[in-house]
Amino acid sequence: MRRRNLFIQLGISIALLALLGLLINNLAVNLIRTGLGLGFGWLARPAGFALAESALPFTPSDSYLWALTIGWLNSLKVIVAGLVLATVLGVAAGAARSSGNRLLSSLAGGYVALIRQVPLLLQLLFWYFVAFLGLPAAPMGGLIKLSNQGIQLLGLNLSVEFCAVLVGLTVFTGASIAEIVRGGINAVPRGQWEAFRSLGLAEGLGLRRIVLPQALPAILPALTSQYLNLAKNSTLAIAVGYADLYAVSDTTITQTGRAIEGFLLLLLSFLLLNLLISGGMAAFNSAVLGRLNRSR
Amino acid sequence: MTVAILASDLVKSYTPGLRALDGVSLQVTSGEVLVVMGPSGSGKSTLIRTFNGLETLDSGELDVLGVRLDAAHEERQVRAIRRRVGMVFQQFNLFPHLSILENITLAPIKVQKRSKPDAAARAIALLDQMGIGEQAHKFPAQLSGGQQQRVAIARALALDPEVMLFDEPTSALDPERVKEVLDAMRQLAKRGMTMVVVTHELGFAREVADRVMFMDQGQVVETSDPQTFFTSAREERSRRFLSQMM
Ligand SMILES: Nc1ncnc2c1ncn2[C@@H]1O[C@H](COP(=O)(O)OP(=O)(O)OP(=O)(O)O)[C@@H](O)[C@H]1O
Ligand SMILES: [Mg+2]
Repeated sequence: MRRRNLFIQLGISIALLALLGLLINNLAVNLIRTGLGLGFGWLARPAGFALAESALPFTPSDSYLWALTIGWLNSLKVIVAGLVLATVLGVAAGAARSSGNRLLSSLAGGYVALIRQVPLLLQLLFWYFVAFLGLPAAPMGGLIKLSNQGIQLLGLNLSVEFCAVLVGLTVFTGASIAEIVRGGINAVPRGQWEAFRSLGLAEGLGLRRIVLPQALPAILPALTSQYLNLAKNSTLAIAVGYADLYAVSDTTITQTGRAIEGFLLLLLSFLLLNLLISGGMAAFNSAVLGRLNRSR
Repeated sequence: MTVAILASDLVKSYTPGLRALDGVSLQVTSGEVLVVMGPSGSGKSTLIRTFNGLETLDSGELDVLGVRLDAAHEERQVRAIRRRVGMVFQQFNLFPHLSILENITLAPIKVQKRSKPDAAARAIALLDQMGIGEQAHKFPAQLSGGQQQRVAIARALALDPEVMLFDEPTSALDPERVKEVLDAMRQLAKRGMTMVVVTHELGFAREVADRVMFMDQGQVVETSDPQTFFTSAREERSRRFLSQMM
């Protein structure tokens, strides 16, 4: 058995080395062909393009580095908001699905089934072109002002593009999270429900205090991979013209021809983002497991 | 004598054509201990779970502590009854992620809006009464089955219930742990608690029950005082069941 494992590992190592060799070879060939050489000096040059949306001040005379940073922040903004909202939506829909309430349960079931049938790109285009651009030009609503120019929420100005990406990612990821949450909830013994009910606790309170905490160990690992998916899927923002990291990188590469460096930076940025997400989730996971282990 | 539980012609089926409860009528008076016996699948659990609304009824009339819990009952009403009726399960069903103290104080704090220190003091007193006062800060899995079941009893008692329901509270215990739980229940009975106890513990039934109700196939076969039931049961089915038990 050990011997077989060793052979498998050896095989994988050789394959990886071969792949790496191929990549380095291609890189070298490309560098020679373009005659640009590998370098990052261009990052300091003015970008020359405008960004529709920036969390910090940005003008076309600012550097490429700053443009990419703004793009990264825009990505971060939509990803973090998406994580939070998708979790809320997913937990609510998952809880609704395993609730005794027929209407709630089938509503949530319909939502999950529908969303999982349709490709995310199509959903994003729907939210952008149909839902948000379909809003009237004149703002409507009180606390939340809706129009096809954007959304005003308590002094917060959100662009139509941002909203479309956010809603698209939230609704899409929420459906997957709902299934994960439902699975986790169903894995908690029925006796736990009966125990909290027999103490006169309300359903919502029992769900929050008794059932969900016990469902967490089953939910968290799968949740982490949904979070990583959401981060990756956020690059589809380019389809609706939201200036996320991928969109800014794309423009930058087109203008500078620095495809290799651009992709390296893109890779690194996403690596950093994913490490942040999985690191955060791992910390949360071990905190939860630690609490549960104390109870063993 | 006031009536705690009044049931007439209760019918319940999980699967069409198969009646888990097939016209059950009974009365439990305040301060009484009713022991329910019967073979597996006879509907004992189903019956006592209707008493706190864990199961709904298809038909029949059920009155618990003056509140009607019939076929169409309202969630709010059921919850109000659950606060006045404690339940203890075969599998203890303690909350594994909460400490013993938290297990007991959760409902008093959330449901009765007691202050934390108040609820904790009361919980400790109940644990002391159950002989496990020093376990308050442990977690359920660190306790033996007998200790866990006594915590479950304390948890139910923390809401000051007027009725206690027990569904085979000692069936999941090691034989040497059964006595400590039965003793706790005995004490409770002595202090005048109204109790409905599903159990196969003949000694407990003989000694503590005011009446024994024997069920089979969703129906009440006979209800007798323990003396009569154990020495000269009226029904052939009861006698056959008892001969198998002894
Ligand atoms: N949740 C359920 N779904 C379907 N059928 C059920 C359910 N609960 C109980 N039943 C059925 O109802 C009948 C009565 O079951 P119940 O659990 O009340 O019997 P019991 O007397 O408590 O038996 P035991 O001594 O084994 O606990 C049985 O035929 C059982 O299979
Ligand atoms: Mg049973």
